[in-house]
Amino acid sequence: MTSERFEPKIIAFVCNWCTYIAADAAGTARARYSPNVRLIRLMCSGRVDPQFVMSAFEKGADGVMICGCHPRDCHYNEGNYKTLRRYLLLKKMLSQLGFEDERLRLEWISASEPEKFRRAVEEMTEHVRKLGPVKENGGK
Amino acid sequence: MTEQEAKIGVYICDCGTNIAGVVDVPAVVNFAKGLNGVAVAREYKYMCSSPGQDLIKKDIKELGLNRVVVASCSPHLHEATFRTAVEEGGDNPYLFHMVNIREQVSWVTKDRKEATDKAKALLAAGVARVVHHSPLERREVPVRNEILVIGGGIAGIQAALVASDAGRQVYIVERDPSIGGHMAKFDKTFPTLDCAACILTPKMTSVKNRKNIKLLSYSEVTKVDGYVGNFKVTVKRKPRYVDEEKCVGCYECIEMCVYKEARFPSEFDVGMGKRKPIYIPFPQAIPQVAVIDPETCIEFKTGNCKKSCAAACGDRNAIDFNQKEQLLEIDVGAIIVSTGFKVFDASRMSNYHYGQHPNIYNALEVERLLSSSGPTGGELLLRNGEKPKTVGIVHCVGSRDENYNTYCSKVCCMYSLKMAHLVKERTGADVYNFYIDIRTPGKGYEEFYQRLLGEGVTFVRGKVANISSIPQTHEEEGKLVIECEDTLLGIDRRVPVDMVILSVALEPQPDREEVRRMLNMSCSSEGFFMEKHPKLAPVSTINDGIYIAGACQGPKDIPETVAQGEAAAAEAIALTSKGVITLEPNLAYIEEELCSGCQICIPLCPYTAISRDAEKKVAVINDVLCKGCGVCVAACPSGAARQKLFEWEQIMDEISGVLTI
Repeated sequence: MTSERFEPKIIAFVCNWCTYIAADAAGTARARYSPNVRLIRLMCSGRVDPQFVMSAFEKGADGVMICGCHPRDCHYNEGNYKTLRRYLLLKKMLSQLGFEDERLRLEWISASEPEKFRRAVEEMTEHVRKLGPVKENGGK
Repeated sequence: MTEQEAKIGVYICDCGTNIAGVVDVPAVVNFAKGLNGVAVAREYKYMCSSPGQDLIKKDIKELGLNRVVVASCSPHLHEATFRTAVEEGGDNPYLFHMVNIREQVSWVTKDRKEATDKAKALLAAGVARVVHHSPLERREVPVRNEILVIGGGIAGIQAALVASDAGRQVYIVERDPSIGGHMAKFDKTFPTLDCAACILTPKMTSVKNRKNIKLLSYSEVTKVDGYVGNFKVTVKRKPRYVDEEKCVGCYECIEMCVYKEARFPSEFDVGMGKRKPIYIPFPQAIPQVAVIDPETCIEFKTGNCKKSCAAACGDRNAIDFNQKEQLLEIDVGAIIVSTGFKVFDASRMSNYHYGQHPNIYNALEVERLLSSSGPTGGELLLRNGEKPKTVGIVHCVGSRDENYNTYCSKVCCMYSLKMAHLVKERTGADVYNFYIDIRTPGKGYEEFYQRLLGEGVTFVRGKVANISSIPQTHEEEGKLVIECEDTLLGIDRRVPVDMVILSVALEPQPDREEVRRMLNMSCSSEGFFMEKHPKLAPVSTINDGIYIAGACQGPKDIPETVAQGEAAAAEAIALTSKGVITLEPNLAYIEEELCSGCQICIPLCPYTAISRDAEKKVAVINDVLCKGCGVCVAACPSGAARQKLFEWEQIMDEISGVLTI
């Protein structure tokens, strides 16, 4: 059974300064995590255009993560606050379209938190695996 | 450019066995060859090496490559390396993309197939993205050549002196009334046992005397604006209530203070000694300027003091009860952070009873007792004035302990050995060292340990479980009893002593979070400031132009701290030497014909870089102010705001690419 279990594809948009470095540190620490989450590096989580998220789902992603610096820690002062606003709207929009809104997750992961990065990846993978593939027309 | 026109070279690095040991690199190469636009795909053992880079250069010249993708380690490590190679090959350095298949794949994935598939997906994304790259020009901006040093301990002092030697204008900001840091508190330094003051104080004096060093003591940095090469720094100068220009450090005010006896705990003596409300922290303090503590000064508390200090100062008129806090703005090109450490608060370990029993000290307190400029003139005395006959030194207090700090504080073994030697020398007491492991790597360090073994100091291997003042036998009466399992003998021991010295851990400063935020740095999970790369960029940080030195980066001894101070100074000097620096071109810009002039972007910019051109009715981005976060780009409803290196098409195709497998 395990060989046939659903392997979700998940895209994580991560900022260059906090989460990308946490991911590097997870690598240096040889932390083991599922290969399902693939990173796309942006300078700031505030660069995540809502259309990136929608288009990721359209192109076949089963889940999307947005990861950035903790509140007050943004390399660009306040980009992550903009991210938070957009994330909340996106969640709403996703559920209105019939998607499970948990398919989108926001995580604040600082450069000093490789373990949190690993955990977030594992949790997201498990969660989306349980949700199964994105259904046609967003499940409606 | 279309995929048909693209001639992409793909290079996949084995990184020895780091990548090839997990990822099936030949399979990834074959996969790459099938991707649209790929003209050549190669595997190489070490892409970052000179022959590896030459492969890229040769292919650009011979095959006419117009795009390059390297799949190897993190771009934080080698993006610059490969961009340079591409440039040297004859292409624009930004016609390049780097794919991370080490930190994100081979180091974190166990299964070979899973790792190979993930590497293929990330590579496909990189190849899809790079097609849309276009040639970009690096920006050149002027740099200032002044250097700011934050923290006046030995790391900061050394950095300031080196930068000053190079002819630079240096500002050194120290929050205490004197520079010197922890080193000024020490009596002797291991393993040579030369006196700390003798090697430090000439350097302190030098800081004061150099014409190109501006010493801002009793001051704190409160704000840092700007960017690499052009920082605008606000320094808060706390009121000393003594005019630094007028005070000559004659001590007359201190002698004449209405308090005849010093009765307030001295910060410099970590509470071991006393000071008056007006004081100079220690005799060798730099600057030699008195400071008034408003918390204890009668004039500040009641307004009714007869102010004999001011009378003693007389015509010099240096005492100024109305002095106010001042803000000073300075412009610098680079900043060196050397804010040091604090010692572990041993009262957190309730089984050691520090702070409850008078004869249990931490090591820093004992440094002051051993110092000839300290409260006892260098005599090691208990609080009742007697010499201890037996002394127990407890290692690893707050270090290598998962309840407190898991890391090794690195210096405690050596300073404990030093103390064992000094205690024995000064008091003739029996000295016991309780250790988990003795760690003495360093030049002359192991030799010092061997010397101590021959000096009659007793070493007990075992972590101390408890320090008790409850006697169980006649000989334990009136003593402190150190309880531990001697793991070499396999027995429980109770060792009665007169004095306990706790070899406390080195911890990050309590305000490191504020400092980190202010300077846009990162902390490691323990709270020490994080270097850009643990081996190859040990004093740089992720924020260009900000360097770190000394124990704020992690526990270290004086030689290492001095070396880092010099390294940080060298980096700062190198950065600010050329007069200009190049900045990444990843800025936002506006496609004017697409801009509707809606102004949504304007309030989003944290740097007020966007304004509205009233004539054209479009948004305009100021290149000098833009830092390239892309927040405005994500918000633009018409796609007019764009970001170089993070263009819409690049990311959209990266998304498609990453989902191929």
